[in-house]
Amino acid sequence: MPDKDDSSEQLLKKGEEFLKLYNMGRQFTEELLKENERLRFQLARMEGQGSTEHTGNLNKEIARLRERIQELEAETRQTMEKYQQVEAENKDFATRYVEVEEQNNNLANLYVASYQLHSTLDFQEVLQIVIEIVINLVGSEAFAILLLDEKTNELKTLGHEGADVFPGIDALTAKVGEGIVGGVVKSGESYFVNQAPDEAQVDLQHPLAVVPLKIKEHCIGVIAIFSLLKQKSSFSAVDYELFNLLAGQAATAIFASKLYSQSERKLSTIQSFLDLLTTSG
Amino acid sequence: MEGLTFLVVEDSPTMRQLISFSLKRFKGCRIVEAVDGVDALKKLSSEKVSMILTDINMPVMDGLKLVSLVRQNPDLKAIPIIIITTEGADEDRQRGLALGANAYIAKPIQSSHLIKTINDLVPGAGQ
Repeated sequence: MPDKDDSSEQLLKKGEEFLKLYNMGRQFTEELLKENERLRFQLARMEGQGSTEHTGNLNKEIARLRERIQELEAETRQTMEKYQQVEAENKDFATRYVEVEEQNNNLANLYVASYQLHSTLDFQEVLQIVIEIVINLVGSEAFAILLLDEKTNELKTLGHEGADVFPGIDALTAKVGEGIVGGVVKSGESYFVNQAPDEAQVDLQHPLAVVPLKIKEHCIGVIAIFSLLKQKSSFSAVDYELFNLLAGQAATAIFASKLYSQSERKLSTIQSFLDLLTTSG
Repeated sequence: MEGLTFLVVEDSPTMRQLISFSLKRFKGCRIVEAVDGVDALKKLSSEKVSMILTDINMPVMDGLKLVSLVRQNPDLKAIPIIIITTEGADEDRQRGLALGANAYIAKPIQSSHLIKTINDLVPGAGQ
């Protein structure tokens, strides 16, 4: 029975080999499973770590952006404040521009009035210039220039405008100290009606304004204003300046031209007299 | 733009000076003065004028007659005209504009108003 023994032995050997192979396979499989488990664990851990990092990064970015938004909001606020400041300055400049423009206009009016008043020594021309100033620069419709006769102490109209509106304006008279006109000559102070009066309240005894014509403290006459042009409702700031200018410079111009006319007349008389003496001699 | 030439028609020397004073704000401008309508027509025949500024109440020939004659003249009718007058009633304004004036300013004038009116009529006139 050696063959039978050999085959059993061989079979046993093969069985042992198979068992060995099987054990190796099982061990390998177990190792694979362990490795798989380890890798899964590692993967899970890595995934966990990655998510935390990502969230952390996102939070950081959000915080940075929030900070930036706050910075930008602060910048916007500052810009808005600056804009409002510049806008306010612009408004201020615009207002000042209008004021300067008005002052410029007023100065031009005063310059022209002053220039014209002293441009001639002819009495009638000076009167005409005063009339033009009161019509064109003040905007008066009816007014009279009254000069004082020192001998009679009485004021008489020497120039006027608006006789169609106020009949009798061309022949006004007033005693010093009497009525509004006479009172202004006595006090030397201008008279104005500040509020726009009812037309019925204005007459030759109740003017809108009376401006004394003064050389220092000596009053030589007045300008009495009774009505303004239709488009002009009341006196403006420059009118008062014009009145002040007229009070001084018109008085000087009228007085100087009057003296000049008188001296011219006297010179002419003396010249005629000298001519007569020379001829008869 | 070449300097403008203004014709100022006004019998009052005070107003002529005041208007000219305001117009001098236009750089390089030239100002020609006339004392009434007839004088203005004479000046218009010898001068190339960019704009006429005229009063209404004047001796010899008034401003309304002047406006009417300028508008009838083919050589002059395109010249812009501004009336500057003490006549401030609406009917006066309407009459002036109906005759062909481009603008109507009632006295007393504000320099800034006059400058604005000129700038409106001649865009690019500058100051």
